[in-house]
Order: sequence, then structure tokens, then C-alpha cells
Amino acid sequence: MSKLMTLSEAIQRYVHDGDLVYAAGFTHLIPFAAGHEIIRQGKKNLILARATPDLIYDQMVAAGCARKVIFSYMGNPGVGSLRIVRAEIEAGNLEWEEYSHFSMISRLQAGASGLPFMPMNPTAAGDLERVNPNYRQVIDPYSGNAVVVVPPLKPDVAIVHVQRCDAQGNAHIWGIIGEQKEAAFAAERVIITAEEIVDESVIRSDPNRTLIPAFIVDAVCPVPYCAHPSYTQGYYDRDNEFYLQWDEISKSRQKVQEYLEEWVFGVPDRVAYWEKLGEEVHQRLKVGERLSAPVNYGLY
Amino acid sequence: MTEYTSPELLTINAARLLRDGDVVFVGVGLPNLACNLARRTHAPNLVMIYEAGVIGAQPARLPLSIGDPTLVSGALSVCGMYDIFALYLQRGNIDVGFLGGAQIDRFGNINATVIGDYSHPKVRLPGSGGSMEIAAWANRCYIITPHQKRRFPEKVDFRTSAGFLNHRQEREAAKLRGAGPQAVVTDIGILEPNEEGELILTALHPGRSVEEAQANTGWDLKISPSLRFTEPPSEKELKILREELDPNRIYLKGGE
Repeated sequence: MSKLMTLSEAIQRYVHDGDLVYAAGFTHLIPFAAGHEIIRQGKKNLILARATPDLIYDQMVAAGCARKVIFSYMGNPGVGSLRIVRAEIEAGNLEWEEYSHFSMISRLQAGASGLPFMPMNPTAAGDLERVNPNYRQVIDPYSGNAVVVVPPLKPDVAIVHVQRCDAQGNAHIWGIIGEQKEAAFAAERVIITAEEIVDESVIRSDPNRTLIPAFIVDAVCPVPYCAHPSYTQGYYDRDNEFYLQWDEISKSRQKVQEYLEEWVFGVPDRVAYWEKLGEEVHQRLKVGERLSAPVNYGLY
Repeated sequence: MTEYTSPELLTINAARLLRDGDVVFVGVGLPNLACNLARRTHAPNLVMIYEAGVIGAQPARLPLSIGDPTLVSGALSVCGMYDIFALYLQRGNIDVGFLGGAQIDRFGNINATVIGDYSHPKVRLPGSGGSMEIAAWANRCYIITPHQKRRFPEKVDFRTSAGFLNHRQEREAAKLRGAGPQAVVTDIGILEPNEEGELILTALHPGRSVEEAQANTGWDLKISPSLRFTEPPSEKELKILREELDPNRIYLKGGE
């Protein structure tokens, strides 16, 4: 069954006010186009979970979509502070729930595996466990030693950007695979955005690369350049210049509003956004070819 | 004497702490430069692992974020985040971790979370990222930081990651698999833990003084009886950093 639809339709159908949203991707494949569509549709009171909120959540928080963030590293990667989320937390306007990377990912792993909790070895740091009651300690029934446990994270909706998938939602991902698979399996609903929609035979030609199977997917949206200013391995580079620019823009609420007006509300979709970026940016983000050696799955 | 910037001094001294064959959990910026410098000098078999899930990266250009695509192309392996923290770090396959933070205290505990009260933060910092686990489970940890009094308080406002807690015995009682912080490289010198786990001054960079180190430390900084001077950065080290690793001076500029 084809699940092809526009991103706008997918956000309308599968993202509701108040939802816990996990827009996946560790630096790589961050679905910015979906974040922008959520802003355009004026979704409210969302709980935004990501290991690294990145600019996508900075922009969604700035646009008033969120009431809470769940994270493990709140910075502008490679640049410094994530100004909007930080300012809203410091001003007491935004709830937050905080983990280390491993405990955040362990929560997703528990959610994705249908487990009641996930154990981790103690780190003895103590303070994060003290301020976040979701951290608990239990006794390992085998050794008698203490282990730290965290509960499952079960997003209402996960949004996962991929290099290519078929119309049903069988998705190939390569490069940094972060927490894409775990987010998809943990979530109630899954929206896939893809650089390319390919025939099922392409997926079947390389089944080891399929991280997400169609039967957990609700919507498949063809969205080339979805990840800009993040990147898609082998398709386009990370726009490090924009990450630096955002550091300037996000110093002023007025400039942030102007940015949202021009680049989110001012364009109907990602096609128009990419066009508007212009030739110079397209050229700058172009990547050359570095193919892997073919593998032989064998004829049986 | 050759001129050099403070980030160059930090990077070169950090590189010298790395051993050939080390498997290093590395971040962008100075730790990345230190690893690449070590690989090109005394540690050609050093393996760089990034928390984004990249093993054996050979970046062709200077990575500007922890998930830069240049880390992936040509790497030995790429895995998910759960695997990198579980199979590699928690399992005990990481020799060295690099850490940083807004505050480092007398026993090497680090604060990367908040200045002031947690619930009503005066300054909200980025938070742990991977540092809570790296500090606990990497065999050895190194910290690179400018030497400033506000960065070296007697006690951190928030303990994001564990050094020796309140005493080396306390860390030992917690049975963490890693040995904790082994050295703090600053622009004045090097601090290392003594038998109690307290950071003491063990080395000064050329031209720096004990008084300077003490004046810029928030606790009563003890001096090692075998205090030494570090070797100044060599022409070779500086040339590799300047011509090969960071030719645009993105991380090595100095003058902060």
C-alpha cells in the first residue's frame, strides 16, 4: 500500500497539538522541512524530544510550538549556545527534562524494544539523577550491585529523514545513523521524509541498509533537501555557514521573527525554500562521489 | 623562541599525552586537532571514535561539528548512538576520553550543566552530552581548558560528570570502570591528581610561574615536589597544526 503524501498532509494528519514529537537525526538527516511545516501549521503545546535539540527545535520554540523540551545536549553543534531554548529556560517559560546522551538513547531503546526500563552502569556523577526523578536505581538481581534505570520514551510521532525509501516506507539510511531506527520503533506514528522515492526492487537490492520497515510507517513524503541546513550523506553538505548565521540571528527576537516570516511562512514548501536559497548555496553544498565497493548477496 | 598561541600550546600538550594504539573518544575542536597531531607524530595507530557513531574516522577536512559528513567517508565503521555508548564505551573499549566544561573542581569533577540553581538557572549551559558516561567509563580522561579562576572553583555548582568525587577513595568505592581524570592541560601548565585525587600542579609551560597558576585557581593549589617544565612546542608540531590540520586558524587563532 502506498503511503505517499505531501509533507503538509502528513503533518496535518499525524502531528497533533500536545504531542510528544521526536524529530530524529544526530547532526545528520535532521528533518528541518518538517519542523518548518509544523510551524506553518501553527501546532501548539508540543513536547519536543531530541538528544540534541539543534536549530530545528530552537526555531520551533521561537515560533511558539512547544511547551517542553527533552534533551541531552542543548547546544548549537560546533558553534556554541542554542540561544532561544536557553533563553526560554532561563526565563522560566519552557519546561525541560534532561539526560546524558546514553540515558536519553537508552530511553528510546527501551521504547523501541517494548521494555519497561533500560539498565545502565552507574556513573557516580549524581546530580542529574538527583534533579530528574526519571532516573532510578535498582539492584541487579544477579550480582546484587546497583544499576541505574530509565523508563521508555514513547513519542506520539517520530519524524525520520532518509536517503531513499519505497512508496510503502521501507527506508534505506547510511552515514551517521544516530537514533533514527530507535525513534521510529519507539513511536506510535512514523512520518518518513525522503530525498528519493525508489522502487521496492532498489530496497530489495540491499536489505542490510533498510533500517526502517514499511509496516511501522504511516506516511512517506518525498522531500528533497529536507535536511538543510543539516545534511544528507552523499546528497549535500552541512551548511556550516548557516549554523554560524543562526548564532547571530538568534541574538535578536526581531531577527528571528524576520527569519521565520521570510524562510518559513514566506515559502509554501521545501521546493520553494531550496529555490530561494539560490545557486550560490546549491553550489557550495554540492558533494562529489565516493562510492562503496559493491557487495554480492548471491543468487539462491 | 618560536611564537605560538594559547590554543596551539594546549593542543600540542594534549597530543603528547596520547599513546600509540589508544582508542580515543574525541570531540571537535582542540581534542580533534590533538588526536590528528598525535597520529601524525608519535601515535600513528591511534583510533578516533566520535560519539555520533563513527569509528576509525580519517577526516579529509577539518570537522566543524561532531557529526560532520567528512568523519563518515573513509571511516572504518559507522554505528548507531546506542551502540557507540553501549558496545564501545560502557563495555570498556575506550582508552581515552576528552572532557571540557564551564567548571572543573579540586577533585576533577566537571560542571557542564548550569551556573546557579538548577531549577532557576542563572546561566543554562548545554548539559552532559556524552560526558557523564565518558568520565565514568573511559580508561583515562583528559581535560583541556584555559586556566581561569572562575573555571576552577573549589566545588562545582553542578556535578555533570564525576572526577574523584570528594576523594579518590570515594571514586574507587563507586566501582567505576574508568580511572578518572589523569591530567588537566591549561595554558599555564598541567594539573594531575595526587594520591587523594586532588588536582595539583605538576608542570608549567615555558615562561609561566607557580604564582600565576595559584592566582588563577579557586582552591589552594598544591605544587608537586617534582614540578617540571613542559617542552616548548616544536617547529614540527606547529607546522603540522598550521599547514595541515587547521590552515584557516578556525580553532587555533588564540587571543581570547
